[in-house]
This record gives sequence, structure tokens and C-alpha cells, in this order.
Amino acid sequence: MLAFTLRRAIQAIGVMIAVGIISFSMFRFAGDPVNQIVSLDTPAAERAQIRQSLGLDDPVPLQFARYFGDAMQFKFGVSYQFRQPVSSLLKERMPATLELAICATILAMVFGILMGVYSALKRDTWLAKIFQAVSLIGISLPTFLIGILLIYLFSVVLGWLPSFGRGEVVRIGWWTTGLLTISGLKALIMPSITLGLFQMTLIMRLVRAEMLEVLRTDYIRFARARGLTTRAIHFGHALKNTLVPVITVAGLQFGSVIAFAIITETVFQWPGMGLLFVQAVQNVDIPIMAAYLLMVSLIFVTINLVVDILYTVVDPRLRSTLNRPA
Amino acid sequence: MSEAVVQYKADPSAPRTRFLPGRWFGRAIESDVFYSFRRSKLTMVAAAVTVLFFLLAISASILAVQNPFDPAQLQLMNSRIAPIWTADGQSPFLLGTDEQGRDVFSAILYGLRISLTVGVLGVLFSGTLGIVLGLIAGYVGGAVDGLIMRIADVQLTFPAILIALLINGVVKSVFGNRLDAMSTLVVLVFAIGLSFWVQYARTVRGSVMVEKSRDYVAAAQLIGLPAPVIMLRHVLPNAMGPILVIATINLALAIITEATLSFLGAGMPDTMPSLGTLIRIGNNYLFAGEWWIVAFPGFALAALILAINLLGDWLRDALNPKLR
Repeated sequence: MLAFTLRRAIQAIGVMIAVGIISFSMFRFAGDPVNQIVSLDTPAAERAQIRQSLGLDDPVPLQFARYFGDAMQFKFGVSYQFRQPVSSLLKERMPATLELAICATILAMVFGILMGVYSALKRDTWLAKIFQAVSLIGISLPTFLIGILLIYLFSVVLGWLPSFGRGEVVRIGWWTTGLLTISGLKALIMPSITLGLFQMTLIMRLVRAEMLEVLRTDYIRFARARGLTTRAIHFGHALKNTLVPVITVAGLQFGSVIAFAIITETVFQWPGMGLLFVQAVQNVDIPIMAAYLLMVSLIFVTINLVVDILYTVVDPRLRSTLNRPA
Repeated sequence: MSEAVVQYKADPSAPRTRFLPGRWFGRAIESDVFYSFRRSKLTMVAAAVTVLFFLLAISASILAVQNPFDPAQLQLMNSRIAPIWTADGQSPFLLGTDEQGRDVFSAILYGLRISLTVGVLGVLFSGTLGIVLGLIAGYVGGAVDGLIMRIADVQLTFPAILIALLINGVVKSVFGNRLDAMSTLVVLVFAIGLSFWVQYARTVRGSVMVEKSRDYVAAAQLIGLPAPVIMLRHVLPNAMGPILVIATINLALAIITEATLSFLGAGMPDTMPSLGTLIRIGNNYLFAGEWWIVAFPGFALAALILAINLLGDWLRDALNPKLR
């Protein structure tokens, strides 16, 4: 167990170093950092001096070590377009993205599990068939189209919900939250649905497949023979066993929820990290792109590591196969 | 599905004419796959829709009333005309026009052409890259295999859209922000290709590992065939089924990715719009009540992707011997 945890941790650090090298090469070699700082008529001598002061004349490994050291302290340089430190920009935008991602995940899990259980238990009803059709459409429709459709319906035609922004936010320390004001909550509804829809269809299909499989097993048959109520069998035994893979998938998917927030945030002009990243790509703002890559990778790798380790804790069958020498 | 089994009646006395087109066609008609195709109405509709979209894209220059890429043919006087069946509709503009006087129907046809071109080229590029790397990893093994598969593992952790956006941004910064439309198209194909190769590589590697130990590979090695020939002519055909399924589903994914990149403003420019660009332009006019500028390109994109996805789903089931 300890050996497995250690091995996975070392792998995760390896991935982070690889991403760090990519991020550094982007930062250093894609476009000259000096050109972004100086104006056209800056004399060559001054350019050389800036080059020196930024440490761009040092050997590349030394520069990489410095970049990595700075990144560890969340120092990512200065944004070309905003002329502000990237770290403070990211810190300012992070609460918006995390709130959106968490709401979307909760929404996806609640509705995905409910719809999945229903369509597994009542397989041939028309409602279950509608759920299946909706899940196919949810997988096929691009995220931004769903967002535009929702905006047209609820903002343009009905005028119920705001089409852009976060609404009013409340500041708690450096964190800003839209969960405490009515306009903030209203602004959160459509982006969360848009972002969560894909995960919801995924979870629904998974729950349905797992439930159908579990319902065929012997212990369910035995539970029926013991005379337990259908409700106790379905929810006490079957659903409980379904939830382990569901939570794993939802956990692993949280990383891609944050990445897909890029699209949702653009559609709804949601002031999060994703919108910042898209603007950085459009304006070739390399420091923000490099920093975003590092931050998102860190979140991804951490989630993967935690889920992998938790999985062996939750499921003892996995542990025995892992400890066996390969 | 069990009744769907139709044995191919092999005639042992027939001469071996494998590459004759007529014979090949006859085999295709008699095959299980074609039989299951004819039994599924939904699949036939999906196939018809997909073929229709390809035909529309190919014949865009004949069907369109104007060339939307040519600014000289656009007249501002014709801007923001509603579709033809509404009260404000005007004769040649079937689905209305946008703010530059661009006919929405013509723009969709030409945009479809761009979207399908990027999608198909992206799939070809990622498929070739993935197959070659998968063959090398599976056949050579050892450290090469380890390296390729580790890169694949790491890349699989990140969503393709993020990788495509990053590649796009880096290429832009290297070549400067002023890329012309055709080079943007090449960059998009490149970015999509590099984002989707992993699945092919993993599948091919798995098949190669299985096939490598078969007698026919040993026989081919014994008669002295070089490794690339064995891989391409003998091992690869046995892995074609799953590759075809991945390619179909990835075509839908590549089209979505291109549309998303264009929608985010990191793809095709306004002067040479793909479906995603058209949706981004139209999105700005949603609040002014000009719904047709965004609705029709959006509908075309959704229908195209749904049709290809349905085809992919069917192909996966039809080629899976476990489900027969």
C-alpha cells in the first residue's frame, strides 16, 4: 500500500516536471519576452540591459530552475496584456471558476444519479427512453450551442435569467462568492447547467449500466429471497454498490470540468480563469497561458493521485492485486 | 442481435481474386456489417444525413447564391434580411443574411466545407500519427514502447480541447498573430491531430501485442520480410475494425473541437468562416432578435455531429463480435 502510494506520487511529480518543462519552453522560446516589454524605438543597449536583468542570458537549465522555483511560490511573471502579475490575476479569477465547477458537478451528480437509477429500474417506460435520447443529444451537442440555446430561451425570449457575468458578489477575505446574493445565484443557474450537462449524461449512462449489472448479481437475488422490500434492495444494496465507480468518475472528471469551463465561461462572459485563458490565447499572452497550464495540471494530477489512492482504500480487491509482484 | 448472423458463403473453388472491385463489392453486400446496417432504420437515416452533408459541402459553389469568402460579392444593403418565409424575407436569401449582407445558406455551405475539411484532415493526421506510433510501440517494445505510452498516458489526463488551444496559442506566438486563413486551417488540423492520436496508438499497440505472437508473423519474419512490411501489410489489417470505429467517433469530435476553437475566437477568421465562426458571429445578434444568423449554422452543426455519432455507435456494435 505504502509502496503503491509512493510510486504513484513519484509518477505525479514526474508528470508535473514534464508539464513544467513544456510550460517553461512556451514562456521562454515562444516569442521573445523582451520584445513584449520594450517599445519599437528602444535602443539595442537598453534591450540588452533588460535582457540581462530578466536573466535571459543565463544558461537555460539555470533559467528553468529559476522558473520552476518561482512557480513553486506561485510567481508566474507579468501578463503582456494586463501589465499585472499573472498570479494575482489568477487568484482573482479562481473563485469564480471553482464555484461554477463545483455547482456543475453537484448538479450533474444529483440529476445524473436520479435519472440513471430511474432508467435502470423502469427500463421500458417512455420517460426512460426520453432520458436515453436526451443523453445522446447531451453528448452530441457542443457545449457552446447548449449555452446559446439556454440564453436564447431564458434571457432573450423569457427574460428570466441574466445572460452574462456573475451578478453581485460578496467578498470573504480574498475569496469572492456569488452564492450569497440573489443576482449571483440567478447568474449561476445557466452556466452550471451548460457545464454540468455533459457530466450528467456521462454519470447517467454509467449509473444505468452499473445498476443493470448489479441487479443481476447473486446477492441481489438472495436479498429478494430473504424477503427484503424492493426499495431496500434497490437503494440499500444495489445503488450503494453502484456509487463507488460513479464517485471515482465524477472525481476524475472534475479536472475536465475545470478545462471545459473555458467554453462555458466564454459563452456567459463568466469572469473566471477559463475566460482569462481564452483571452490570453487570442492575444498571445504567453505568461498567462504557461501559468494556466501549470495550475490546471496541478489540479489534474492531484485529483488523479487522490482518486487512485482513495480507490485502493475503498476497494480492498484492488489492493491485493496491486501488492502482488508483477 | 443473434438473428443478425448471416454466414458469408465462401466458394472454395472460386479463384483468388481479392482485389477485383466487383468481387469486393459483392462481399461487402453479403457481409454481416451490411446486413446489420439494413436492419437499423436510424443508422440508415444517419448515413443519409452524413452523405447529404458531404454532398452539400462538395457542391457548395454550385448551390450557393454567392461566394461568402469574397467580400466583393457582399452588399451591405442586403444585411440582416430575415429568412424567406417570414414577412421581411427576400428572394435569393433562403435563410436570411447576416450583418455584412452574407447569405446565411451560402455561408453554411462554405462553412460546412471548412468544418468537414478540418475534421477529415484532422482525423487522417491523428490516425496516421497514432497508428505509426502504436505500431512502433507494440512491435519494437522495450524503452521505445515505454516512452511512447508514458507520453500517451500524460496526454490522456488532459482534455483535447485544452491541448488544441495551447498548440494553437503557441503556433500563433511563434508565427505572429497575423496568419492568413489557409495557414490557420493547417494549424487547426495540426492542433486537432496532435490532440487525438492517443486512442489510436493505444488500440493499435494492443492489437500488435496480440498479433505479434501469432504464427503468421513468425512465418513472415522467417521468409525475411522487413519489419515495416510485416507491420503494415500483415499486422495492421487485423486491427482495422477498432481503428475505423475510433476514426468515425473522432470525426465528430474533431468537428466539435474545430467549431469550439472557432467559436472561442482561436480558429477560423471571420473572412473565411467555418460553422463555429458563423455561430460566434451570429451569437452577437441574438439579443437584437436576429435569431437566424446563429440558429441555422447551429442546427447544421448539431445535425452533422449527431448523424456521425449515430453512425459511430452503430459501427462499434456491428464490428463487435461479442454483441452478435
